[in-house]
Amino acid sequence: MQMPTPDAAILARRAAIVARLRAVIGAGDVIDDPVEARAYECDALSAYRCPPLAVALPTTTAEVAAVLRVCHEERVPVVPRGAGTSLAGGSMPTADAVVLGLARMNAVLEVDYGDRLIRVQAGRTNLSVSGAVDEAGFFYAPDPSSQLACAIGGNIGMNSGGAHCLKYGVTTNNLLGVTVVLMDGAVVELGGPMGEAPGLDLLGVVCGAEGQLGVVTEAVLRILPKPAGARPVLIGFDSSETAGACVAAIIRAGILPVAIEFMDRPCITATENFAAPGYPDCEALLIVEVEGTPPEIDEQLALIRALAQGFSPVEFRESRSEEESRRIWLGRKSAFGAMGQMGDYMCLDGTIPVSALPQVLGRIAEMSEEAGLLVANVFHAGDGNMHPLILFDANRPGDLERVEALGADILRLCVEVGGCLTGEHGVGVEKRDLMGAQFSDADMEAQMRVKDVFDPHWLLNAAKVFPLHVSASRREARRNAA
Amino acid sequence: MRPETEAELAAIIRGATAPLSPVGGGTRLRPGEGQGARLSTAGLRGITLYEPAAMTLVARAGTPLAEVQAALAAEGQRLAFEPDEAEGSTIGGVIAANASGPRRVKDGAARDSLIGVRFVDGSGAVIANGGRVMKNVTGYDLVKLMAGSRGTLGVLTEVSLKTQPVSPASATLTLAGLAADRSVAAMTAALTGPWDVSGAGRLPSGETVLRLEGLAGSVAIRAESLAARLAVFGPVETTEGDAAFADLRQIGRDMAAAAGPGRAVWRIVCRPSQAAALVAQLPGPTALDWGGALIWAETPAEWVPDLPPGAIAARVHGGPGLSLPPMAPALAALNDGVRGRFDPRGILAGAG
Ligand SMILES: Cc1cc2nc3c(=O)[nH]c(=O)nc-3n(C[C@H](O)[C@H](O)[C@H](O)COP(=O)(O)OP(=O)(O)OC[C@H]3O[C@@H](n4cnc5c(N)ncnc54)[C@H](O)[C@@H]3O)c2cc1C
Repeated sequence: MQMPTPDAAILARRAAIVARLRAVIGAGDVIDDPVEARAYECDALSAYRCPPLAVALPTTTAEVAAVLRVCHEERVPVVPRGAGTSLAGGSMPTADAVVLGLARMNAVLEVDYGDRLIRVQAGRTNLSVSGAVDEAGFFYAPDPSSQLACAIGGNIGMNSGGAHCLKYGVTTNNLLGVTVVLMDGAVVELGGPMGEAPGLDLLGVVCGAEGQLGVVTEAVLRILPKPAGARPVLIGFDSSETAGACVAAIIRAGILPVAIEFMDRPCITATENFAAPGYPDCEALLIVEVEGTPPEIDEQLALIRALAQGFSPVEFRESRSEEESRRIWLGRKSAFGAMGQMGDYMCLDGTIPVSALPQVLGRIAEMSEEAGLLVANVFHAGDGNMHPLILFDANRPGDLERVEALGADILRLCVEVGGCLTGEHGVGVEKRDLMGAQFSDADMEAQMRVKDVFDPHWLLNAAKVFPLHVSASRREARRNAA
Repeated sequence: MRPETEAELAAIIRGATAPLSPVGGGTRLRPGEGQGARLSTAGLRGITLYEPAAMTLVARAGTPLAEVQAALAAEGQRLAFEPDEAEGSTIGGVIAANASGPRRVKDGAARDSLIGVRFVDGSGAVIANGGRVMKNVTGYDLVKLMAGSRGTLGVLTEVSLKTQPVSPASATLTLAGLAADRSVAAMTAALTGPWDVSGAGRLPSGETVLRLEGLAGSVAIRAESLAARLAVFGPVETTEGDAAFADLRQIGRDMAAAAGPGRAVWRIVCRPSQAAALVAQLPGPTALDWGGALIWAETPAEWVPDLPPGAIAARVHGGPGLSLPPMAPALAALNDGVRGRFDPRGILAGAG
């Protein structure tokens, strides 16, 4: 993975920069010890790492603004960081960058059940947002599998999704407003009641901008009353293609479950060995979850059962208790952990039109065979967001390169059938150099113009999202001017 | 000017020397808009892709909204955000205005159903963003930026939309004669419980209406349980279907049509908890939507609302256009900056 050469002039001024940061946010909130700073050298895309220049851990919006003002004056790059669970290298630093970590900003600032919103600091973890409103019978809908660890600021950075977004949407659909600090220290409020503001929908573009437009310090989130109940069914099939076809049929029939999750044989086997959820012995399975009161659930499940029969399922397992529901979800929830046990894996995140599922699953199987690499599939099937996991051994020379090549081919396939490179994990550094497969130069230029407005010197997380050669002139303008 | 292709449209914009006003059907122009030479998208017409099983529809911007709706209805689907409409409305205009009806409380605004755009910016460049899949975080989300941008950043040429199955059943619960504060309280009670309410409003007649949609059995169960919950507010009448919401969806339009000379129509968006006090202040007929978060009000032309913190308002009919509160300077700088980058020559200055 190519990254720009660190700016030697900044490295040389490291001590002075750290001193200035300490002067504005307190010595204890700035980490410059190389050993301690190691904790920030990568995110969950751990194949790539680089210790930062320093780490700043402010506790208020005013402190975030102060840190950014210093970095702006010093022309020091900044990498915003929530919990560092990005799978795309989004929060991976460069050697000449200050990591601005929001972890100490995790307060709940306001809860209003009548207006159905919560205002939190952006370092608060996703799950603890729901936790804060749980007793009153509410929840925050976007639920990435990493929700115990990941922060709302990171969710906004990546516009993260979750298992239940088929019904409830992703982060951007549940975000009403943010307080964002621009690189020059200006504090701006975006959004408003219902997420609406006069002028342009800048909230919509900040969400998913991967920390390149500003640092989000506070967020107003939509909270929803919890459904009366939920129940999953597990449906086993004798081929991945059939499972894919069943997904399309469910969607077409107009039944809108809250979740349709897919797992194929390699993944089922791995989770069975890891967590023993007692899944059936089959080529592929779907977990379909519906919500409501018990009779409402029965009504939906009867329809799903009737539809599934048309695809000759090897098993149709309806949960009859909390415990059975838990077991049905157990394998899905431990899938990534189970795959991790089997060795190293690269997790892809392309989205395809749901109607293309059978075709793409078939093609991936062929590509996996041709490359001699095992690919397991576990993903949010209802919205076409695939997560092929390519298994490999990072210690074997050449394996990572082969895996990356196969990964790139699979993502190009997703784009070819009308989909995209990433459905929820973001571009980061990982998919940066594939952007040209999806976008023309003019398309990328239009996106970069937005960054020009928010961050004219291209200091915020600048070596991400756009291929390096595409963003080079903008990034280098800063250095040449200095 | 009425280009027949995207390339023609781009050439017109590149060659333009004076401000243009992009229009679809011209059915959503606000006071002060549409002053430049009209650039019509009506020639860019037709549904280019519709895959019911993937719940996606792609249409050229000038496609009549009615044509989109007919195609969807034929497959038992619809636009979740149920935009208001008038004779001639185009899908591009709907998106450029982010026109969103009652179902916004449950399924979001037009921008939440929009998954891809193509447009020609003010310099004549053709730009694509998003695509035709429901989950997509590849690059910046210019799709959201274009929704509601009212032609100021570029002229939409094609939009991709997520569609929604039509619910097999629906029911409307009506409470007559509740004062605004009681009406908002009733709507809030409904929206904060497990009933999956897909519309909550108060018509100018004073009727408070709540909509439930879904499978027939489920709608019946929820209707009964919600009626029981709302009994404390007064008698609840439950009817099949959602005719009242067809009215609510058009209410801003109807108010504007009914407003005589010297009258204006305001569109106010606030927190539901602020709605009752605002209604008390308003000197004419009002309607509420989105559980009280949206207020439509007919007022004397010169009248200006006194907004609570966070609320926003726009005069959408009668009198000169006005948007409140004024933008904070840093926010205005961002808006102007983005406009300047997408339209460096001010060619789209005739837009919103
Ligand atoms: C096991 C596992 C499971 C996962 N499951 C899912 C899933 O189901 N769905 C999903 O969508 N993702 C998933 N992810 C990916 C990841 O958790 C999400 O991208 C998450 O939102 C990142 O949050 P974070 O706080 O860790 O952000 P970080 O990794 O710290 O940062 C992510 C990006 O956001 C930017 N950023 C962080 N904070 C801010 C801020 N305050 N202001 C501006 N920009 C900021 C960063 O610069 C970076 O570009 C998973 C990851 C793991 C490891």
